[in-house]
Amino acid sequence: MVVQALAFYLFATIAVLSATAVVTVRNPVHSVLLLILTFFNAAGLFVLLGAEFLAMLLVVVYVGAVAVLFLFVVMMLDINFVEMRQGFLNYLPIGVLIAVVLFVELAFVGAGWTLTDEAVAVLAQPTPAGVGNVEALGRLIYTDYAYIFQSAGLVLLVAMIGAIVLTLRHREGVRRQKISEQVKRTRADTLEIKKVPVGRGI
Amino acid sequence: MELLWDGYIEPLVWIVAKILAIVVPLLVAVAYLTYAERKVIGAIQLRKGPNVVGPFGLLQPLADGLKLFLKETIIPTSANKGVFIIAPMLTFILAIIAWAVIPFDEGMVLADLNVGILYLFAISSLGVYGIVMAGWASNSKYAFLGALRSGAQMVSYEISIGLIIISVLLTTGSLNLSDIVRGQIGGVWEWNFVYHFPMFIVFIVSILAETNRAPFDLPEAEAELVSGYNVDYSAMTFALFFLGEYANMILMSGLCAVLFLGGWTAPLPFLDFIPGAIWFILKICFVLFIFLWVRATFPRYRYDQLMRLGWKIFLPLSFAWVMLVATFLVVFDKVPA
Repeated sequence: MVVQALAFYLFATIAVLSATAVVTVRNPVHSVLLLILTFFNAAGLFVLLGAEFLAMLLVVVYVGAVAVLFLFVVMMLDINFVEMRQGFLNYLPIGVLIAVVLFVELAFVGAGWTLTDEAVAVLAQPTPAGVGNVEALGRLIYTDYAYIFQSAGLVLLVAMIGAIVLTLRHREGVRRQKISEQVKRTRADTLEIKKVPVGRGI
Repeated sequence: MELLWDGYIEPLVWIVAKILAIVVPLLVAVAYLTYAERKVIGAIQLRKGPNVVGPFGLLQPLADGLKLFLKETIIPTSANKGVFIIAPMLTFILAIIAWAVIPFDEGMVLADLNVGILYLFAISSLGVYGIVMAGWASNSKYAFLGALRSGAQMVSYEISIGLIIISVLLTTGSLNLSDIVRGQIGGVWEWNFVYHFPMFIVFIVSILAETNRAPFDLPEAEAELVSGYNVDYSAMTFALFFLGEYANMILMSGLCAVLFLGGWTAPLPFLDFIPGAIWFILKICFVLFIFLWVRATFPRYRYDQLMRLGWKIFLPLSFAWVMLVATFLVVFDKVPA
């Protein structure tokens, strides 16, 4: 158990420190990289909790896909750091307000989790006995709550279509490669063999 | 004291020994993969390849490694130093740690994870960071363009790889790599590539793109981008990228062998007396040979064609295959328990 405890404190410390650094470092690219470090340590904490499937999903989805897009966008920003610091005090009250609300909510959740009997019963056994992580989650999502899951998927699909429709624009005069036409082309369409008489040309 | 030894130190020593037993041969394999590459391409182009250093040029990779080791490490003044140094290390480490879950033989695996295939997928999806960080930290346009291309390419082909893995998993019913291999025991006709043949081809092409190899080596297109994301790297920092890239090739070949070519199992049942690890290594060599063969044969893809192939052809195709396999399994009631 000592090793688990040590690992927990290692992951937790790095996660908290890097999460703090995400909002304090000046360079936004460093911010994103630290965010990735935070995700990674959160995945480590999931592994310690015995939720290895969630841990891997966190890495695949958040670190491997979402954060890459973040990084892409942030890398291409042309930011004046001095200008960015100037608005800091203006936004401070709103930021503090949001932080306080989130903190209070988290405290409520935490208190509820430790106090109610139901929560304690679930806490003692994260997955039903004899069923693996993946299977337990799969049963929940695809059997017990299949309709809710499907509607969540539909919402995402609609959001995706919306984003595509909003950014879609047709440009005039763009020549596109049509591979099927290229493949369909025969020799007769493009080549004409001519006998050229000597000394006269075509 | 005894508890400390039995509970912690002895397992630790064992694990370190096992890790070394994987990593050291891997690094040697990387060195000789570069040699094999030059020899194979030389043979295809009717040249001799390296033949001066040592018998048959066998010491050439060592000489190359020594050269890189002795050169000066240059860090550009305008580079973002921390990220610049971390990037090659990250690439190298990611290429190494993925080997923890690869089963070499029955029970011969460092960590027999229940979510082994997801672990591999997660690690390979991190590979893009080493390259993007390198390109950004170099603070140079060539490197940055190379990194952007490479990032877009790796993210695109990861999706089709993921879908192909899903269709293999559907027929196996487990995320454990050893279980995937155990599902293919019994000879060549039991291997997954027979049942998933179209996806086997798509997978081979996708891993070429995922490892940034020819004909999809746009990130390091010498003609346009000098050498892509690693232009500004020299000496050992460059060597780490190089090692990482080749270790990744071997890893992807191993994954291909596990998923489609039956891992450690023998192609014909009466050949079972040969140790499984040897079959596994032979299969890796076979896939690696395809890598080299393709490099010597095909011209480089144009960037828009690469994206078209990934998003408009491979993605729908692998999606359709997942649906087909799932439907088949449900209709004929063959879903693995």
